[in-house]
Amino acid sequence: MPHLENLVLCRESQVSTLKSLFGERHHFSFPSIFIYGHTASGKTYVTQTLLKTLELPHVFVNCVECFTLRLLLEQILNKLNHLSSSEEGCSTEITCETFNDFVRAFKQVTTAESLKDQTVYIVLDKAEYLRDMEANLLPGFLRLQELTDRNVTVIFLSEIIWEKFRPNTGCLEPFVLYFPDYSIGNLQKILSHDHPPEYSADFYAAYINILLGVFYTVCRDLKELRHLAVLNFPKYCEPVVKGEAGERDTRKLWRNIEPHLKKAMQTVYLREISSSQWEKLQKDDADPAQVKGLSAYSHVELPYYSKFILIAAYLASYNPARTDRRFFLKHHGKIKKTNFLKKHEKTSNHLLGPKPFPLDRLLAILYSIVDSRVAPTANIFSQIASLVTLQLLTLVGHDDQLDAPKYKCTVSLDFIRAIARTVNFDIIKYLYDFL
Amino acid sequence: MPALPRQRREPSGGIKFVEMSNRKTKSNILVRAESLSQVQRILRERFCHSTHGELFGVQVQYKHLIELLKRTAIHGESNSVLIIGPRGSGKTMLINHALKELMEIEVSENVLQVHLNGLLHINDKIALKEITRQLYLENVVGDKVFGSFAENLSFLLEALKKGDRTHSCPVIFVLDEFDLFAHHKNQTLLYNLFDISQSAQTPLAVIGLTCRLDILELLEKRVKSRFSHRQIHLMNSFGFPQFIKIFKEQLSLPAEFPDKVFAEKWNENVQCLSEDRSVHEVLQKHFNVNKNLRSLHMLLMVALSRITVSRPYLTSADLMEAHQLCSMDSKANIVHGLSVLEICLIIAMKHLNDIYEEEPFNFQMVYNGERRIRYFLSGTSLMPENTNVLIDYSPEFQKFVQRKAHSVYNFEKPVVMKAFEHLQQLELIKPMERTSVNSQKEYQLMKLLLDNTQIMNALQKYPNCPTDVRQWATSSLSWL
Repeated sequence: MPHLENLVLCRESQVSTLKSLFGERHHFSFPSIFIYGHTASGKTYVTQTLLKTLELPHVFVNCVECFTLRLLLEQILNKLNHLSSSEEGCSTEITCETFNDFVRAFKQVTTAESLKDQTVYIVLDKAEYLRDMEANLLPGFLRLQELTDRNVTVIFLSEIIWEKFRPNTGCLEPFVLYFPDYSIGNLQKILSHDHPPEYSADFYAAYINILLGVFYTVCRDLKELRHLAVLNFPKYCEPVVKGEAGERDTRKLWRNIEPHLKKAMQTVYLREISSSQWEKLQKDDADPAQVKGLSAYSHVELPYYSKFILIAAYLASYNPARTDRRFFLKHHGKIKKTNFLKKHEKTSNHLLGPKPFPLDRLLAILYSIVDSRVAPTANIFSQIASLVTLQLLTLVGHDDQLDAPKYKCTVSLDFIRAIARTVNFDIIKYLYDFL
Repeated sequence: MPALPRQRREPSGGIKFVEMSNRKTKSNILVRAESLSQVQRILRERFCHSTHGELFGVQVQYKHLIELLKRTAIHGESNSVLIIGPRGSGKTMLINHALKELMEIEVSENVLQVHLNGLLHINDKIALKEITRQLYLENVVGDKVFGSFAENLSFLLEALKKGDRTHSCPVIFVLDEFDLFAHHKNQTLLYNLFDISQSAQTPLAVIGLTCRLDILELLEKRVKSRFSHRQIHLMNSFGFPQFIKIFKEQLSLPAEFPDKVFAEKWNENVQCLSEDRSVHEVLQKHFNVNKNLRSLHMLLMVALSRITVSRPYLTSADLMEAHQLCSMDSKANIVHGLSVLEICLIIAMKHLNDIYEEEPFNFQMVYNGERRIRYFLSGTSLMPENTNVLIDYSPEFQKFVQRKAHSVYNFEKPVVMKAFEHLQQLELIKPMERTSVNSQKEYQLMKLLLDNTQIMNALQKYPNCPTDVRQWATSSLSWL
């Protein structure tokens, strides 16, 4: 079908396999088909387009949207009802509480004239969420053809492979179909397909080439790549619009766009800044480093003592307790060499994660690193509590342990180095792992 | 009008004959399309929707079952039996055949059947309502509300007595997915059914179908003691030669097929296929993995879907491609579609598993291990005793990371984290325990769900794999 091929690019063999499996309208097909493939490999789009173009009676349900049994079953029945009685307008909504009611209602709805003698297709998208619903739902849907004794095929679409779905005591095995990932040629073809009409196809294809060169090793998700292509195209066209370069000056255009794309990888791709901020950035031509990211860390401004408390907490989490003497006492005397055979330790604390420490240790380290005298007032304690609220520290253990609370520091090394720099404190010197 | 290659030998003729033969081929196509549609209809129903297929190699079990049913229907004897067999071995087909034969006997006019399924009737309340419905007793029950399940059930069965106290209708209960009924609260339904079948009330036959061999251990003691311990096992006990015979019979068209000529040709083709060596190989491979009829049906259905009007007969190539489609390795397929960064992460995890013998790791270890091992591979000197993987902020390491040749893999940590999370979403790595709010993502311990051979096989097929990544994967760190 040439019309179908224009709608669905690079998926000819999958379309023809599905079409041949569906067969003619009144033929029986597999009781269940399981289609899996990476995200954005076209499973939902191809299935929907194929069913709509061939005008086969089908119901399309998303398991993220219908996350309980009742929502799922009622939506299927109501959509079927609409299919079978299109002239009468809104008929009564069907309610259904259990799978048994669903089977009975389904048998009734499919005896309608417009649905008789035809295969009815039920498509369940994001089928991996079915595993977390009631245990009889997945095996029930796999066997729906047998349980209802009707001509129905259930199609499951998912990213996860079938082996992770199979119930423990077995079930009726569906036919498993794989939607392969797009090759780089296919990606180029699909991305070049939505070029804006003002520019030539070659110009856009060259842009896509550059974009794929930067992003292909990191990400092959078509949706992400399309989003990035749309966001960054105005910046690419800038030299042409300003008149500095022609459409064919590929080197100049490349030199203009490449650092921009690299910046995009660290910000927009990670959703550190929003797309609207990114677009504003391009228009104002501001320095990207000045942009405030979306993550909480870049918005935090702590008071002076809080910074030291955080640094002390970091040191307490990542240094073993026995090394405190060496770091924090002015005169620590002789240290035996046997204490320091770090080369025999398997992994450093920076790989295992922060360790919990008691409050006393935190205060001891705090007093030693702050130059001036710090009195243990309620001020200090309330700052510790607000650090916990900001989730820079976490409370470990029971809430009812009031006399000796234990904390853990949950900030990254880069963040704490930035903080330490603002108070002129060289934290690397005090960290055990960097001795 | 395109001329089709002729199947029959035509005598040579003039232009007029060519025109006529063109018309003939057009009608041939129509006739053939019609026959093909019929073939597809019959075979598809046989492969996908058959509950009344033919039985292979279960004559003894069938006799046992039909005798039992006849005793209930004709002589009023109560019985219970369990039919046990793996998935797809024909349990439902067996019972359906037996019931069909039973209903054809004259005396069985008043035999009632109740079909319950463990997937649908998930608790005893629903099951009881369904029994009421299937016995058409809704008007009898009306508004009567009883206390216990036993009272309800015995009232229902009492209501089936026709006039005379001594004549009551025999009821046959078929319980599909019997093991799920054993998970109901107190196994009330099972207890009551078996209880009635032991005490001389309504003649009752209880037939359970299950795939669990250890079904008797799931039953409570009081239920087990009321059960007659009769078991029928269906064990797919046919060998490969019989499998080929089954293959031939399943593909052959029945004698009642309207287009006799086409049916004969079709069956001949099937006969040739069943003697073909390459088809034997495909079937042997299939048989070695999965013996049961259902998987054979799936294979045949896929092969059948490939025939068209221009190629109306099955070939061995169709069967081979169908087999390939049915036996793909899905994890390898998923790894095929990962980006290069994600492949590097998997290789780093593989090396961590090799070094530390399958101990769980977290993202931080993978990230550093990756840099450390690439540091090693770049040829710089590294003392062999140094087994810890650790951020090395010494000046040489910084210089390495900034070296141009490796800049293509010098991604920022958040970008690598996003790739790591994508692997977690695909369930190729799994956290050891449930995520808690208190711990950071980078330090959560994970397990890799791919083993070394799968990774190496997937890398072979990976398109445009960069050579240094491949070299890194195959490098054995045997000195560690």
